[in-house]
Amino acid sequence: MLYLLKRLGFYLIAAFAALTLNFFLPRLMPGDPATALFARFRGRLGPEALEALRETFGLTEGPLITQYFTYLAHVFRGDLGISIAYFPAPVSEVIGNGLVWTVFIAGSSLVLSFALGTLLGIAAAWWRRGWIDTWLPATFTLLGAFPYFWLAMVALYLLGFTLGWFPLGHAYGDDISPGWNATFIGDLFRHAALPIGTVVLGTMGGWLLSMRNTMIGVLGSDFVNLARAKGLSPARVVLRYAARNALLPSVTGFGMALGFVLGGSLLTEVVFSYPGQGYLFVQAVRNQDYPLMQGVFLVITLAVLAANWCVDLLYLWLDPRTRDTAS
Amino acid sequence: MSDPRDNVRTGWSAWAWAIRRDRKASIGAALLLFFAALALIGPWFTGDPDALVGVPLQAPSAAHWLGTTAQGQDVFAQLVVGTRISLAIGFGVGLFVVLLGALVGVTAGYFGGKVDALLSLVFNVFLVIPGLPLAIVIAAYLPSGPLTLALVLVVTGWAWNARVLRAQTLAYRNRDFVSAAIVTGESSARIIVREILPAMSSLLLAQVIGSTIYAIGAQVGLEFLGLGDVSRVTWGTNLYWAQNDSALLTGAWWTFAPTGLAVALVGFALSLLNSGFDEITNPRLEMERAWRRELRRTGQVPGESTPVVRG
Repeated sequence: MLYLLKRLGFYLIAAFAALTLNFFLPRLMPGDPATALFARFRGRLGPEALEALRETFGLTEGPLITQYFTYLAHVFRGDLGISIAYFPAPVSEVIGNGLVWTVFIAGSSLVLSFALGTLLGIAAAWWRRGWIDTWLPATFTLLGAFPYFWLAMVALYLLGFTLGWFPLGHAYGDDISPGWNATFIGDLFRHAALPIGTVVLGTMGGWLLSMRNTMIGVLGSDFVNLARAKGLSPARVVLRYAARNALLPSVTGFGMALGFVLGGSLLTEVVFSYPGQGYLFVQAVRNQDYPLMQGVFLVITLAVLAANWCVDLLYLWLDPRTRDTAS
Repeated sequence: MSDPRDNVRTGWSAWAWAIRRDRKASIGAALLLFFAALALIGPWFTGDPDALVGVPLQAPSAAHWLGTTAQGQDVFAQLVVGTRISLAIGFGVGLFVVLLGALVGVTAGYFGGKVDALLSLVFNVFLVIPGLPLAIVIAAYLPSGPLTLALVLVVTGWAWNARVLRAQTLAYRNRDFVSAAIVTGESSARIIVREILPAMSSLLLAQVIGSTIYAIGAQVGLEFLGLGDVSRVTWGTNLYWAQNDSALLTGAWWTFAPTGLAVALVGFALSLLNSGFDEITNPRLEMERAWRRELRRTGQVPGESTPVVRG
């Protein structure tokens, strides 16, 4: 319990740091932040609306510390300002619409890449110098050297444009209305296959190598030899004894990889015009829609922090030693 | 077998000798030298990459080896010229990120206590905040250009190095050579610079290589999103224009394929060099290789079990 609370405290500090960064970054810009921030609103908002928006970002006349607390108060109320590109929708609403797509793409890529990479890593370590061990690590190291979004471009070109197997972008076809029916869900997966596939391809190698290398060490240890000597079935020895222990470094890495995979899937969304956070983010940057941009950054960061805490929970379950020191 | 100590070499010639002896390291080094040469002397031969030289979106031909862009510029010239800035930022950031990481990480590990707690908190916070979104936000506010890009990459990339180097410093902190230096009354700064940092030189080298891979990839990604200076020719902006001009939907694969291949080749060369160095400097791997050679020489087949070689 203490362990989890400690971690929670750490994530709160991190969230606080992200908020603070968000507050100070506009003030890094040369010139008056308010002018630059709201330049694109000119002519579209009345003076009162503009005043309200200034307050959201703490760009008031008061001293910096007051501005800071004004900003924090607004964020805690879920008020992230008004989007310029999607005027007059509030930022929180625009982000909410895109969030589900990013969670879908980034979440399934992460889980698939972790599961596939780890399983192949186990296989490579068990049949050491077999064909899996000889070919896969090298292939995936090479694939990992390509930028994900470039793999996405190539996949889109070959499988989407040339062969026409997959749609060229967006989350679902224009001619299909969203609903819980087989046609729509099938269409969703057809559209998601390439974005997810390319991120999985680009990130799987890391899990494979890390699992393989740890497994090799664990397979040589005494408790695995004992398990073998007891005559347990190979599947039981590999999965229940060796893999469970070899998994620990990978799970630690999982938290680290979250941000990385998310970054990759943001870029991939841009290639596929997939309507998630990445696409919104880039549109916001290109339109100088600063309120939306900062909102997306904040939401992504908070999501990563929350996911990290879930990884900590998982770690607690996997490694009894953390439980012992905790109590 | 001759005693390996017979040919002890020092400094650069030792590295050159070791690289030549290791297959992975030599392939990696050769590829890197090729790209370095391309970056240094290539631009003198290709002419102005921004010049409009022909009909837009021509497929590769004898006149234009890699075809032309949607504006009618030569793709090959853009690729070669882009190498210079992209590699310069990559290696510069790679080096700087490790310097900063070493400064923070080694300080934290060496002094321990409250200093360690504070510095560890800072780099752990930076590690957990997702790097690419942070980089995008910072880059969007600063004037675009190579310097901004480099700054952003350093800010988002140093924390990992700090974490690794702190752990390594903790491992050295109570070793005899450090204790001896403390007893002889050397200053902390001198112990860190003269004793601890040289002891982890091979780790530092691996970190520089790893950080360079990161810097090149992240840089290309940010520029692809339009966060670099899009009027300058670099690998990332080449990809940005390819995407912007809908290269994919017009079937112009030659506008994005070569650049991605170049990025991947440099990344692959660096990781080959890294694992090559690992084999050179890691005695455990060297022993395992020697053991496998011995097995092959005597015609034995290794069993199912994992060969664990202990020295």
